[in-house]
Order: sequence, then C-alpha cells, then structure tokens
Amino acid sequence: MLSRSKSSPSMCMSWAAVNRRVVEPVDDLYADAEHWQVNAGDETIHAKRLPGRWRRIKWLASSVWLIFFLGPYVRWDGRQAVLFDIPSRQYHLFGATVLPQDFWMLSLLLLFFAILLAVATALAGRVYCGFFCFQTVWTDVFTWIEEWLEGDPRTRRQLDRAPWSAQKLRIKSLKHLLWLLIGFATGWSFVAWFYGIFPLWRDFFTGQANGVVYSFVALFTVGTYVLAGWLREQVCFWLCPYARIQGVMLDRSTLVPAYDLLRGEPRGRLRKDAEPESDPHGDCIDCNQCVAVCPTGIDIRAGQQEGCITCALCIDACDSIMDKVGRPRGLIRYASLDEIEGQPARPLLLSVRVWLYLAILLLSVVGIGYGFSTLTSIELKVLHERSPLFVQMSDGSIQNQYTLKVLNKANVDLTAHITATSPVPMEVKGVEDALSVKHGEVTPMRVFVRIEREHLSGTSLPIFFTAEGQFPDGTPVRAERESAFFAPAP
Amino acid sequence: MADTNPFPGENNTGHFWDDNLRELKNPPPRWWMIAFWLSLAWWVLYGLLYPMWPTPPWKLDETDQEFTQGMLDWSSIKEFERGMAQVEEVRAEYDQRIAAMSAEEILDDPGLLQYTLASSKVLFGDYCAACHGSGGQGNPGYPVLADNDWLYGGTLSKIIETITGGRKGNMIAHEKILSEQEVDTLANFVVNLSKGQPGSEEAWALFRGKGCTGCHGAEATGVIATLPNGSIVTVGAANLTDTLWRFRPGGYESAKHTILYGVNQTGVEQTRNAVMPAFGGAGSAEGRLDAEQIKKLAVYVHELGGGQ
Repeated sequence: MLSRSKSSPSMCMSWAAVNRRVVEPVDDLYADAEHWQVNAGDETIHAKRLPGRWRRIKWLASSVWLIFFLGPYVRWDGRQAVLFDIPSRQYHLFGATVLPQDFWMLSLLLLFFAILLAVATALAGRVYCGFFCFQTVWTDVFTWIEEWLEGDPRTRRQLDRAPWSAQKLRIKSLKHLLWLLIGFATGWSFVAWFYGIFPLWRDFFTGQANGVVYSFVALFTVGTYVLAGWLREQVCFWLCPYARIQGVMLDRSTLVPAYDLLRGEPRGRLRKDAEPESDPHGDCIDCNQCVAVCPTGIDIRAGQQEGCITCALCIDACDSIMDKVGRPRGLIRYASLDEIEGQPARPLLLSVRVWLYLAILLLSVVGIGYGFSTLTSIELKVLHERSPLFVQMSDGSIQNQYTLKVLNKANVDLTAHITATSPVPMEVKGVEDALSVKHGEVTPMRVFVRIEREHLSGTSLPIFFTAEGQFPDGTPVRAERESAFFAPAP
Repeated sequence: MADTNPFPGENNTGHFWDDNLRELKNPPPRWWMIAFWLSLAWWVLYGLLYPMWPTPPWKLDETDQEFTQGMLDWSSIKEFERGMAQVEEVRAEYDQRIAAMSAEEILDDPGLLQYTLASSKVLFGDYCAACHGSGGQGNPGYPVLADNDWLYGGTLSKIIETITGGRKGNMIAHEKILSEQEVDTLANFVVNLSKGQPGSEEAWALFRGKGCTGCHGAEATGVIATLPNGSIVTVGAANLTDTLWRFRPGGYESAKHTILYGVNQTGVEQTRNAVMPAFGGAGSAEGRLDAEQIKKLAVYVHELGGGQ
C-alpha cells in the first residue's frame, strides 16, 4: 500500500518549506487515524466474562438451541416427531406429513423468518445476532470452555505467549478436543433431523450409514470447530451477509445498546482526591470494562458500529461499575439514538415500517396456518389431454381424454374410487375399477368422457372429478378437482 | 532507498522516494492467506480427481480435445451412461414380463399397461405420429386413431396385423362406370347416411346394383360378415353409416371425389391415397419393428380412446 503524502511542490519553494507546510499537517492526519485498525483477526480477542442480567438472558436465549440437540429424540405416532426424509420426499412435522407438493408453505415460512428478522431489527437492532445466532451461541460456549480450561483473559494471553510446555500442550489439546467434540455433536444432531436419530445411532458407528451422512457430520464438525473456535467474531465482521443487511435496517428510533455520551463525557479516570462538585468529568470513569467484555472487541462508546452484535454484555459490565462507584446504572443501556441525543423519542409502534413488517408477518402466518389446516391425505390432479383436445366418435358424440393423478400422502396404501359429474349426462370410461394408490406415490389413471352431441351447446363445459377412499382405520378421504370438457363448435 | 529508516516502527518495506513517499507492508490476515493456499491445494487436488488437464494432441475445438481421466474416473458422460444403464436395467424387468404376455394380458395388468403406454409413447412418436398425429388425432388423408371407427378392426389382434403387414386401400374409380346422375345420387346417399337418415329406396337399389355392397357390406357399415366368434370381416372399406369421414373434410364433394376417382388406383391422377407401410419383420431389409415393439404399439393405439 502506498501512503501518498506529498502534493507537487512549486519549484520556487525550498524543500524544507514544503515539508513544513504540506507534509506535517498530513502526518497529523495519520496520527489522528492511528488508533483505528481493522479487526482482521490478527489478534485473538479474549473477552472478559462478568455475571449480570444480560448474561443470564443470553444463556437463556442460547438454551433455545438445546432443541437442536434434543429435538430428534421426540417421538410422535411411533416415529421421529420432526423428520425431513429427503430420500422418500416426505417431511414429517408431528402429526402432519408435508410433501414437495406443499412446498409453497416453505416459501411463506422463509418469508416469515425474513420479516421476523426485519421487524426484530427495526425494533431492537441486531437482537438475533446478539442472542440467538448460532455463530454467537457456539462461540460463547467455546470461549466459556476456553475460560474454564485456561483461566481469565490475562492468563489466556500469557499462556498464548508462553513457550510450549507439557502443561500448555495438555490444556490446549484438551480444549481443541472438546471443541471438536461439540462440533461433532453439532453435525451429528443436524444429520439426525434428516436421517432419524435412532437409525443414526445404529448405523453411524458400524459404518453402515451412507457417504452423505459421514460427509455432513465431517463438514459440520470441521465447520463448527473452525468457525466457533478460530474465526469467531471474524465471521460477523467479514463473512456474514445478515450482519450487513441488518445494519441498514436500524434507524434513529431503534433500541440498541448505546453509550449515553451526554452523561458520560467528558470521560476521565476516577481520582480519590477529586471532589464530586468540582470534578469536571462525566459519569464515564474510562475503566474500559465495556471494551474488555466485548466479544467482538469494539468500543461501544464510539457509537453504533458494524462490529456491534448488540449482545448487551457491555451493559452488564458498565452497570456493575456504576454500582461500585455509586452512580446510577444505565450509562450504557438499551436506548435509541434519539433518546441518547436528548431528542423526543418517537414511539416505534407509530412507525409505518414496523406496521408494514407486522402486516407481512401476519399474512405469512395466516398462509402457513391455512396450508396446514387444509393439508389433505390425498390430492387429485386432472390433466386434460390436449393432443387431440377432443375426438369425434362414430356415433357423432365427442370424447375427451383425461389423465388423473392421485397422490397418497398418508403412510398407508389406499383404494380410491373416482367419480365425475357435469351439468349434462355423460358416459365415463376408465373409472369402473377402484384405483389402488400406494402410500407416498402418485398413481395415474386414464379416463375417457363421452358426451352426446345433442347435450353440447358450446365449446366447453365444466366437469368435476372426485376421488374418494377409506383408510384401514375407517377414516374417509376425499379430493376434488375441476376440469373442462371441450368440443368442436356445433 | 534510504540507508536509515526515517519512519521506524511503521511497518514499511524500507523503500523510500522523495524523503517520505514509502511503501507500507499490510499483508492480508493469516487466516486469509491460509484459506488462499488451501484453495490452491484444492485446485491441484481437484485436477487430480477429475478430468481437467488437456492432453496432446492439442485440438482447436474444445469438444474434440482429450483430457486426463481423473483418479475418480468421473465424467459427466460416464455419469450419464451409468444412469442410462440403470434405466435399462429397470426397463428390462418390465420388458421381460411383457415379452411373456399377450397384448390382451397387458391390458388387464394396470401396472404393466401404465409402463407400456409410457414406454410406447416414444415409439409412436418415431413411427406413427408423422402421419397419424402425436395424439392419434389424424391428418388430412390419414385416419384418426383416437376414435372408435376402424377400417380394418380395432381389436388388439387386428391392430397388430395392421402395423405388421401394413394396409393398402382399394376402391375402383367410377368416373367411367357411373353416369353423373348416378354419382350424384350415391354421393347424396352417403351424406344422408352419415347424418343418420335412412336413404331413399332408389339410392339403396343403386348402391346394391352397382356392387358397392361387395366391399361396404349389405348395410353399408363396412362389415362384410360377422363370424360366429364375434369378430368381423372387412376389406378396409369405410363404414358409410357413421358420422366420421375417411377422407376429410367429408360431405358431398368428398364423397363424390372418392366415388369418381377411387382409392389407390393406378393411372387415375386424382385418386385417393391410402397406403400404410408394413412395419413388421425387423431384421429384414425393409423391416422396422420387432414383434415386442409392435405388441406395445398396438396396446398404445388401442388405448388412444377407441380400442375394441
């Protein structure tokens, strides 16, 4: 990188004069910007751990991820409650079975989560990043293990600098082993949602699972280990697109962990001899605890910035200090930028954007709810033959051909009877025998419909097909589909 | 280059120009470099595992160029061939069962019927659709296969016979045999029959007297006789009493044309053409389809909508 610091000097000036007049002010600019550095992971951030309210909330939020590890053990109707069975294209969600045909609901689900992210960000900033994101949670657990094995941040830095010894090797290898184990458990649990947890226990260690299973477990083991053990906050800084998207969804009324600079500045170290009345300093005693506890290594006092994942650990740190020095809590607190700058805070619920988000959210929830409430065990599709669209028979009647496809989404075979109705009398051929529909399969059948010429007044009329059947336990099922009958112009 | 570094501790390269223009060292983070070298290593590994390196002789056209085979012995064409072999394996099982069955037995087996219809669609497209249309809807001069009007019979055995041996219609030209008046009477007679009207006594007399019954049958239904077992005897003459016309668009002019110039008459310029080639006898010089293919095609045609 070239550092250009020289403008073209006029020839009549001495070189020394140029140096004084041009170069020195520019060098001052360098000095100004010197403190800024790109957090590119050159130095491991060893964040301090302090107890506190937000710390507890953070653990609570993290514990949601236990569902990821324990969920596959939940049973329902004799099988895994939630199982994404990709080879047989069946997705079991408790009592419901979703097939690829119902996947429009997935797009609504994705819309729901995308908007949930947007609405949460508009209201409370990167609350997902700080409390729920797997990168945050896994990194938190990994550093917790690190602290447990290696000690507090200062000891950890010393250990990093210390020459290799038997003790260092023991501690470090134990740490990496535990990290890899968590990585393995992560991959294992991920695969279990697709493979079934009990088949996985049965097949995995005996070498009977397929290559995809082993590849995914290996990928997740290594991925978790590298991302949560080594890359950590670098993922949030440089890899994560959500982090960038969420940054632009904040505005002046969004609640984020913020430093009350009107109250805190000018900051200054606490001196024992200073009289409170004559002390010109604000409430910030410049103890740097907010920086020490930050898992991404930023200084919240510099304001909202891309590195802040809004985990609120600096709030805990600052509050504990404020308690110690006898000043009110909340020098760093969840507040909007407007509030911090002493401007009237606009209630978030008056924001059009929030209502718009909520409306979309509601819409997608209603859509998913509708989808699940109308999930049927069988589905009927009717394809009208188009080549030829109709055929005239020897007696002058018109015949149309249809291909009916009956999809059985249940897990038992079914016998379906097909009937057809239309406003005029007709002859239906091909539905005399009941159709046996295997579970999880689409079974086609051809149906010919013939209508006498005298009943045909136009070139088309509606025709309704119905598939009816009964499961072995006596539950009736029924599916309907409208199609059309075509005829030449009379 | 300066002998001493005027900006110590600045992490520069030691190259200076004009006193203070210097080059700084700002290497990418180590993890980034590790990722960079790992991706290079992956590139080499990939090149060993998969076809990647062109091998001599060098060709200008990339599609002709030979490449290293790769240690995994994978290429998209090999994957395609493996997939096709799998498909053939699945098909072979069905085809073996079909080979052991008659066409009638296939009709009674819903699963095999489904397979037969699906797999014959290509055959039909290759050999039949050019004349009869992709869905058997026919073309001017070529019969519709999706209706229930059959010149030579619509049973499976008759359809097999038709495909195997082909058909050639024959109707003599009457332009020199009948008077204009008689042709007019007969053409009107045929039109009336197709509308479901009985036809005048005079016309029936002419129809019988001129020998039309020899091919079109006593009832003008195209049937010469019905055998005790129910099968019918035809020579391929049209059923004149139904609503369908062998030669479209149908009606008076069509009928008159056919009566005047006949079907497949040599030396008659305006005669109707109605020849279906023989598709049977695979292996022989002109043979195109084997018995299995014809059996499947017959089922397909039978199921187009009008099989008997």
